[in-house]
Amino acid sequence: MARRVGLEVSLACAEAVKLANADVVAAYPITPQTHIVEHLAELVADGHLDAEFIPVESEHSAMSACIGSSAAGARTFTSSASQGLALMHEMLYIASSMRLPIVMAVANRSLSGPISIWNDHSDVMGERDTGWIQYFCENGQEVLDLTLTAFKIAEDPRVLLPVMVNMDGFILTHVIEPILMPEQAEVDAWLPPYVPQLCLDPAKPISMGMVGVPEVYTEAKRAQVQAINDSYPIILEHWASFAKQFGRSYQPVESYRTEDAEAVFVSMGSLSETIMSAVDEMRAAGQKVGVVRIRLWRPFPVAEFTKAVAKAETLVVIDRNLTFGAPAGPVATEVRALLFSQGIQKYVANFEAGLGGRDVTRDQFKEMLAKAQKAKAAGQDMTCEMVGVKE
Amino acid sequence: MADEGMTSWKSLALGCAMTEPGTARRFNTGDWRSRRRPITDREKCIKCGLCWIICPDMAYDPDPKAEGYYTWDSFYCKGCGICIAECPKQAISWIEEKEEDKYGPACGA
Amino acid sequence: MISAAEAIKNYEKITPKNIPLAEPFSRGHRACQGCGEVLALRLVAKAVGQNLIAVSATGCMEIISSPYPQTAWNVPWIHVAFENAAAVASGVEAGRKALIRKGRIADAGAKIVAFAGDGGTADIGMQALSGALERGHDFTYVCLDNEAYMNTGIQRSSSTPFGASTTTSPSGSKSKGQMTWKKNMPMIAAAHNVPYVATASPAWHLDLMNKIRKAIATPGPAYVHIYSPCPTGWRCGPETSIETARLVVQTRIFPLYEVIDGKFVLTRDIKNPKPVEEYLKMQRRFRHLKPEDIEVIQKRVDADWERLLGFVKATNPEAAEKAE
Repeated sequence: MARRVGLEVSLACAEAVKLANADVVAAYPITPQTHIVEHLAELVADGHLDAEFIPVESEHSAMSACIGSSAAGARTFTSSASQGLALMHEMLYIASSMRLPIVMAVANRSLSGPISIWNDHSDVMGERDTGWIQYFCENGQEVLDLTLTAFKIAEDPRVLLPVMVNMDGFILTHVIEPILMPEQAEVDAWLPPYVPQLCLDPAKPISMGMVGVPEVYTEAKRAQVQAINDSYPIILEHWASFAKQFGRSYQPVESYRTEDAEAVFVSMGSLSETIMSAVDEMRAAGQKVGVVRIRLWRPFPVAEFTKAVAKAETLVVIDRNLTFGAPAGPVATEVRALLFSQGIQKYVANFEAGLGGRDVTRDQFKEMLAKAQKAKAAGQDMTCEMVGVKE
Repeated sequence: MADEGMTSWKSLALGCAMTEPGTARRFNTGDWRSRRRPITDREKCIKCGLCWIICPDMAYDPDPKAEGYYTWDSFYCKGCGICIAECPKQAISWIEEKEEDKYGPACGA
Repeated sequence: MISAAEAIKNYEKITPKNIPLAEPFSRGHRACQGCGEVLALRLVAKAVGQNLIAVSATGCMEIISSPYPQTAWNVPWIHVAFENAAAVASGVEAGRKALIRKGRIADAGAKIVAFAGDGGTADIGMQALSGALERGHDFTYVCLDNEAYMNTGIQRSSSTPFGASTTTSPSGSKSKGQMTWKKNMPMIAAAHNVPYVATASPAWHLDLMNKIRKAIATPGPAYVHIYSPCPTGWRCGPETSIETARLVVQTRIFPLYEVIDGKFVLTRDIKNPKPVEEYLKMQRRFRHLKPEDIEVIQKRVDADWERLLGFVKATNPEAAEKAE
């Protein structure tokens, strides 16, 4: 039976790695990820987790060591954030192209400069195109559950891709939440040890990371595109099997009070919880409004998202990061492109909010919706606006 | 559209790995030689094996038919001349080679 | 953990009579004519044998051994990027260690060897190397030093010797070529207090292979720095690689030594050194040097040799006495 415990979310993430019996953890400390790796180091030091903990000298080496460890056939975990994730950037492409099922928790934080240790999604957006499966957690239970499912998804022989589990730095990583902690035996039964398809084995020599001459590079990338596209139904399959085993169900897109909504917010990560409260208040005031939360960012759940926003005339897309010199933030750009490509006409307003740890309040979400509706009525374009800027 | 790939993406191994070891052995580097190749005078050879161990291209092999001697492989020798420069008895020298002879049977055997 | 001295006491020594026939590194690779680096690589692989897991940094040896679909590796091999061979090797070692402990794979004594050039070691890969040496992973790191970025077209590295003309340290009316002294990478490795450090030259192939045998017999990290002539980049004939690799030692420019548990051992004492000029004049990368420049280099080589003898004397007085 699962136990209900009060636990800091970072520790819940580390406990999930322990429940998964990871073989290797290679990590370098960076705020706000530190509590995750500190707790893992403790679990290894106390003999609660039988793993090699590699205290590397940089995040670049963290991901490099993870690539080596995963290529050796070991279940491998790391965690990072912000500048550290950016330092790994080069390695992330190689991990996915080599089809190594590494799991990484990212405690989302803004990027310098100016230096800021606080939350936004600038770090992960820089890694959008690295070929990793990427999803966002909203609360502590999700962090535990989705870190566990990350191993199951990544290591499925039909997938074999690295998975990035995003959780908002501080806002999520440093809060204590009630968490249902599954039994080890229950997890063991659901998540058996990793069996690699190919690995560095002197009994069966293979060459990994050869030169992709022009006659093969395109084909190699084509195979990788297929792999991440094909992972989509398998992600759903494993979330369903997790629900069956542990009783908590996850969907790539989650809708809240969207049934008759004329306008919906579109968001990712922990802001969604604030938006839901704001939606409740707006609903009480008679406004037909809802929220669509994108949990699975890569591969993007095109059909589910399109269905979730089908009835709304207005979308208010929240980007927790910037794209300099582009018409809108990355989430809004993506939403607009996918609606346009399907011939769907909607009013898509975009707000860049919650940068570098700036709080976004319920009232501000109400203002955003009011602004979007006013602009729509006036026939004005609302490409993108930064929220809460002091003029 | 033109199909320019060497192999279908569907037939690539996971992560574009090569699952067969040492496939380079099928790659001919002998045609890098130009106009000359080394030849060993077995009268002078003292069977020290230096030509074998210092060849960067592994073009020499122990001779299965004559113990202590080494055969030279036309398929791999790039014609650098290290064996000629280093042979302690000057038993190896250049011999002119015609383009059409490059792919002939191994010499010196 | 046992000391390196203890571990290498009964190492499997290679003699002219028992040179292994197997070639874990295959022919058909695409190194330049007369490449001294690929010869060094071949000898290292031979010394380790088939039970080798190789990790390569990006560079000449990686490119020439792995244009898809032709791999020159008969052993498991992984290449990830330029600056991280040591970090990748750390991961391979840790992963296998965990799996062996948990009984998921057999411990067949596989040896993990990381290969990188001088750029991948002394420049861009130095941090990853330092980290891996400090953490004490059981692996051998081999630096194949051809004294510049040859793969990209002969650009200078911190391992390029003083006076060498490269494409980014060209000699000219206001330049003597490389204006800085070669970074002393084996001493930097030794400063990590790793159990085994050695320098080697392919002109002494048995010595080179035996140093590798000792390195892989040593528990914990070992570092072997191999002088690797590059006829293409040094502007000399393809037949000169061994001759260059011999002269560099005979002039005392590249001394052959080992550091075993911190004790320095001179593996080849050069009693009557040849003048550095003999070495320099063989290579067109040095041809612009004037007699006074050569004099400066000679003085530096003499001083460095004395300094090395000082390390031998300080750490290994018995050996120093024997040498005298």
